[in-house]
Amino acid sequence: MLSKRIIPCLDVRNGILTKGVKFKNNVDIGDPVETAKLYYEQGADEIVFYDITASSEGRGIFLDVVERVASEIFIPFSVGGGINSVEDMRAVLLAGAEKVSVNSGAVKNPDIISEGAAAFGSQCIVLGMDVKRVDKSEKIPSGFEIVINGGRKFMGIDALEWAKTCESLGAGEICLNSIDADGMKDGYDLELTKLISENVTVPVIASGGAGHPQHMVDAVTEGRATAALIASIVHYGEYTIPQLKEYMNSKGVRTRSSW
Amino acid sequence: MLAILDYKAGNQTSVQRALNKLGIPNEITADKEKLAKATGIIFPGVGAAGQAMDELTSGGLDALLKELVQQKKPLLGICVGCQILLDYSEENDTKALSVIPGECRLFNPSWEDYEGVPIRVPHMGWNQIELKKDCVLFNDIDPEAHFYFVHSYYPAPEEKYIIGETTYGRPFCSLHGRDGLWAVQFHPEKSGNPGLKLISNFYEYCKEVSGA
Repeated sequence: MLSKRIIPCLDVRNGILTKGVKFKNNVDIGDPVETAKLYYEQGADEIVFYDITASSEGRGIFLDVVERVASEIFIPFSVGGGINSVEDMRAVLLAGAEKVSVNSGAVKNPDIISEGAAAFGSQCIVLGMDVKRVDKSEKIPSGFEIVINGGRKFMGIDALEWAKTCESLGAGEICLNSIDADGMKDGYDLELTKLISENVTVPVIASGGAGHPQHMVDAVTEGRATAALIASIVHYGEYTIPQLKEYMNSKGVRTRSSW
Repeated sequence: MLAILDYKAGNQTSVQRALNKLGIPNEITADKEKLAKATGIIFPGVGAAGQAMDELTSGGLDALLKELVQQKKPLLGICVGCQILLDYSEENDTKALSVIPGECRLFNPSWEDYEGVPIRVPHMGWNQIELKKDCVLFNDIDPEAHFYFVHSYYPAPEEKYIIGETTYGRPFCSLHGRDGLWAVQFHPEKSGNPGLKLISNFYEYCKEVSGA
């Protein structure tokens, strides 16, 4: 039986983690490679890296990080941030990532999805969606709108329509991030998660809002997601990945329990 | 030395990193002599079956691969490399290598999973293998171990070649072949310690039969 996946997300700027990761023994870790390795050893099912570097110099450093990660961890990992062309995709895949996550790059140019899927296969192409709640309208009938620039720019695109469009263009997976829930530690936006999950056939990763292991259970049961993205709940040593999995298993959710 | 078959359509570098981690000498190559001399061959693959077959045939590697299998050169096919060892794949309506009788079919999204909802395609994530026969690749691997899958098409070989099955909606063949010729639908190079162990078991087998 297919397990539900737990996916820690690491933000990287100029080759270092933007926030140190604190493990139980109160050790701060700012090295993305060491941190990825620790999560790998703790049983993370996959890892997501977001490069929030602006400069091209920083980009080179980031690709070096990707290569070093690929030599140390033997689970899939994806890379997002600053992916605006097939060439950007090729660079991170060649550096050793399994998947590439495209977000605002797809909003600006949706063809990047079909081009990427044709070049590398749909399984490589993750659509990252940043979504905010708005009033339902003719233009946004679902009441969920696509935003970019960390939620500052509304794009006038309905999130549900966008998910379906990108699925038909060849996205192999959707990472669905609620900007409203992000950082609130109050649970995922289950209404949004369920809406998208039930209307596409590709796997959906719930993102934004995990503060308690029950939130992850809710995301993959009520929300119908196949995976849960997590950040601060593990980065600050509140829970370890085995503790999260144990909790989920105790609630009847199948997770990968040995590695 | 294990040869990783180089045919552009693969995930050669991921396989190579896993072999390097295990300290197994290896080379990514399409050179006929090197492949013939290797203790074993890993036939990787990601992407689509049609494209993979095109790459293989354009370089004449399809004939070479069949010849090496006939000579009992140990071979491990991974994912698309596992699928195109069969006769045919529904993906891109592809005539495949016919090393093992059978075909490769698209998952039916109307199948229901254990939660009673339709399965998602692709089958993406961690799943388990139920062995139907003993297999040296699984020596010292926990029967409950999970492996990483990502695929929309699944192998359906002739019954006698089925070695292991995985359930997604319904059981499908995730490991097929015979001694020395194995095809795995999952990605051992991305399946953590159980996957690395499987690769190292393959290498041990290769060394044993080559008398090294």
